[in-house]
Amino acid sequence: MRKTPDLIVIGGSWGGIKASLEILQGLPEDYKIPIVLVLHRLRDQEGNLKQLFDKRLNLKVEEVEDKEAVCSGYVYIAPANYHVLLENDKSFSLDVSDLVNYSRPSIDVTFISAADTYGEGVIGILLSGASKDGSMGLKRIADAGGIALVQDPAEAEVAVMPLAAIEAVPTCSVQGLNSLKDYLLSLT
Amino acid sequence: MKHSMDVQFEQEVEQLIKDIRQHYGYDFNGYARASVYRRVKRFLANNHLQTIPELREQVFSDSFFFEGFLQEITVNVTEMFRDPAFFLSLRQNVLPMLSTYPFIKIWDAGCSTGEELFSLAILLKEEGLLDRTKIYATDINQKVLKQAKEGIFSASNIASYTSGYYASGGKQEFASYYVSNYGSLKFDSSLIKNVVFYPHNLATDSTFNEFHLILCRNVLIYFNRELQERVFTLFDDSLVDLGYLALGKKETLAMSGIFSRYAFVDKENRIHRKTG
Ligand SMILES: C[S@@+](CC[C@H](N)C(=O)[O-])C[C@H]1O[C@@H](n2cnc3c(N)ncnc32)[C@H](O)[C@@H]1O
Repeated sequence: MRKTPDLIVIGGSWGGIKASLEILQGLPEDYKIPIVLVLHRLRDQEGNLKQLFDKRLNLKVEEVEDKEAVCSGYVYIAPANYHVLLENDKSFSLDVSDLVNYSRPSIDVTFISAADTYGEGVIGILLSGASKDGSMGLKRIADAGGIALVQDPAEAEVAVMPLAAIEAVPTCSVQGLNSLKDYLLSLT
Repeated sequence: MKHSMDVQFEQEVEQLIKDIRQHYGYDFNGYARASVYRRVKRFLANNHLQTIPELREQVFSDSFFFEGFLQEITVNVTEMFRDPAFFLSLRQNVLPMLSTYPFIKIWDAGCSTGEELFSLAILLKEEGLLDRTKIYATDINQKVLKQAKEGIFSASNIASYTSGYYASGGKQEFASYYVSNYGSLKFDSSLIKNVVFYPHNLATDSTFNEFHLILCRNVLIYFNRELQERVFTLFDDSLVDLGYLALGKKETLAMSGIFSRYAFVDKENRIHRKTG
């Protein structure tokens, strides 16, 4: 039997909030795998994201704090204006260095760091979005032996992000939101 | 499990950190590794280097090259009025209390190229405190200190600086503080006439004065918990009773041994006061 993954990282931009809510909504509060969510957002969405997810999920929702431990039962949201990195001792570090793909937080930054730190234990999921951010990171996750999942571009609100991901990681598994949700549920 | 190539890379970085301390005296041992790894990889790519041994060859034979490496590792990205709500809170909750002192001393630790310093000076000026305030602006990096003294910032961010200024309670015409010239903004140098600039390394140097307010924002995120604790103790030793400590928006004092002696002035904006 395959061992349970250590970390799920999810990225999205335009349409990504709705899509990630949909796949996370059914997960139980004692879900065994910590989840990190990197969503591009407009400045005026700051702060509201935590509340938005808090209301709809069974899991606990936190904005990432610097040097906080990565724990199961949580969905961690990348804060506005910071990149999120993962340390070897399974804690978060934040970073204010330059934008990557015009974004901070950048999905690539977190995905690459997750792959470097957790290796094959990572599941990366890219959802709807109007940016190509995340596809390099997803490739790194796949190269490190992790699992690369992409929302079906046909049903994504904006297909740019999934299409870029499929091009960068031809071996990724393309799925609809319902099937992504079932997959996550089946893991623990 | 981690990839063996990554493991080797990380071991080579550890050795590099040790040897840099030996050779140049800069101690990066307490730096949080995730960012260090990322910056080292970026520096390799930017300099068309493939491996750490290639990097070492240049780092240890060319001190000018090392300077560039230092720039890369110590992330210097900054902006004016970063988190306007923080500056508004400083203006409303801290400066009125500071105004009761005949003479005010402030430490801006990790001031980078000065955007935060000038933002602070503008607040002090508008609250009538600038003339009796001395600010110590420090950073590990001498190059950014030189830039901070110039007070010349890129005009490309002017829209966000201007809205940040007003959101922080700005009372004047923001444009009255600078002259714009070929894509850059030169800020009024009288704003920093009471500022002294010092190289100071939070990882290795000691306390050098007593302050009523210490700002250290978005510096501690680059340190591990141990080094953070060292710095918190250093700040604790450098603050007068009832002095203020302001951290970055996502930096926390809560895990520190000194936390119990501090009260939140503004939890959301990470402004603390030393209470005993
Ligand atoms: C991201 S900038 C933060 C600038 C500003 N405080 C802000 O929040 O916009 C971090 C700064 O910390 C400085 N720094 C890094 N390590 C340091 C150390 N050991 N001692 C003092 N400053 C350090 C860097 O040189 C850089 O200028």
